[in-house]
Amino acid sequence: MTSHTKAAPADGRVRVALTVNGARHERSVETRTLLVDFIRDELRLTGTHVGCDTSHCGACTVLLDGRSVKSCTMFAVQADGASITTIEGLAQHGRLHPVQQAFKENHGLQCGFCTPGVVLAATELLQMTKAPTEAEIRAGISGNLCRCTGYVNIVRSVAAAAEMMSGGR
Amino acid sequence: MYPHSFDYVRPESLDRAVGLLREHGERAKVLAGGQSLIPLMKLRLASPAVLIDLGRIPGLSMLKEDGEFLRIGAMTRHRDFEQTAMVRDRYPLLADVARVLGDPQVRNLGTIGGSIAHADPAGDWGAALLAFDAKVLARGPSGERTIPIDEFFKDTFTTALKAGEILTEVRLPKAGAHAGGAYTKLKRKTGDFATVAAAAQVELDGGGKVMKVRIGLAAVGTTPIRAKRAEDHLKGKPADEAHLAAAAKLAAQEARPTSDLRGTAEYKRAMVEVFTRRALERAVERARGRGA
Repeated sequence: MTSHTKAAPADGRVRVALTVNGARHERSVETRTLLVDFIRDELRLTGTHVGCDTSHCGACTVLLDGRSVKSCTMFAVQADGASITTIEGLAQHGRLHPVQQAFKENHGLQCGFCTPGVVLAATELLQMTKAPTEAEIRAGISGNLCRCTGYVNIVRSVAAAAEMMSGGR
Repeated sequence: MYPHSFDYVRPESLDRAVGLLREHGERAKVLAGGQSLIPLMKLRLASPAVLIDLGRIPGLSMLKEDGEFLRIGAMTRHRDFEQTAMVRDRYPLLADVARVLGDPQVRNLGTIGGSIAHADPAGDWGAALLAFDAKVLARGPSGERTIPIDEFFKDTFTTALKAGEILTEVRLPKAGAHAGGAYTKLKRKTGDFATVAAAAQVELDGGGKVMKVRIGLAAVGTTPIRAKRAEDHLKGKPADEAHLAAAAKLAAQEARPTSDLRGTAEYKRAMVEVFTRRALERAVERARGRGA
């Protein structure tokens, strides 16, 4: 191992330091630890869900330096040094994020299992596209499966959030 | 699901990455965006002893016109193609790909280099790059090598990359004034691989005739393939409906689909005709728009 190379020690463990919801965390974990397991098991932030564990359902979506990713398909060590936002980090000072508020007001969920992932995917979408069309909303959350709602109220919630964030409220 | 244990290295230069790959040989795998490799590792279909992460090597993520080329760094994420205005304006085929590949989260992590090095015959970038006269750059122990895209895909999951080589860049010829392209994909749902897909890149001459055309097809062979007879049929001809339709018919004949859970061979062949025709029509439309 040289100064140019970060390497795992031979026991397959590695030190990982990342900022999650504004707080810095450092842990020694197995290299094969998935980011989602790091978040849930090491940091005890269980709002990030494991649905399919195969990169299809999006329940494990988190924001990695502002971009939505499936945390079941990334090793924690790859995120070393990055800044992560999970569902627990969206509300500020006890006030729901506009996307959360909109989901609450528009019944954008039923069982709620997929909701953290959908909310984070929608949050990224609205950062990129201030006033998305319905087609853009549907494309923006196309990496997230919901088995309850049929998506109608989810789409409505994202549209309402866009309006709220553009100064409507 | 957990993969087998592995050692993890994160070189900060390409030279160091090549050195590590040489040192560890077949025991090592190169990690780009991980959107194919990590699922394979979780299923334990791949169990590298060493993972060499390219994620922190400066310069590998790049999307810029430079001289005669569009230079694309191997670590450029799919999402970057969607979000770069120059790509949308001048290389719409690439932006088309980035809108239909995987899903938004997968596109945020997955890379073009990882995708073509993985060489799934149903992958989107293979067909797309075949529609350009692309060159693939690779770095190995004996230096840099350029591989024409027509020689890159050898078989399913098999490329011309040699042991010890790392794919570093893809180069496309810079878009001409009367050039346009499009990518059309039939898929069952978001996130799925193509049932069939077609990429067409067309360059018209001043009189509206087809000067250059390349057509790539996905998911209808053991590798992504070119529809060369369709291309030959179009060269020098007016880019009208009848010629495009006839070319699409030829592409369907050239396709070698097999029946699987996404459809029968007959169905896929019929869809190759439809999607090739649509790709050609959109490509021509865009080429005319640019020339105007």
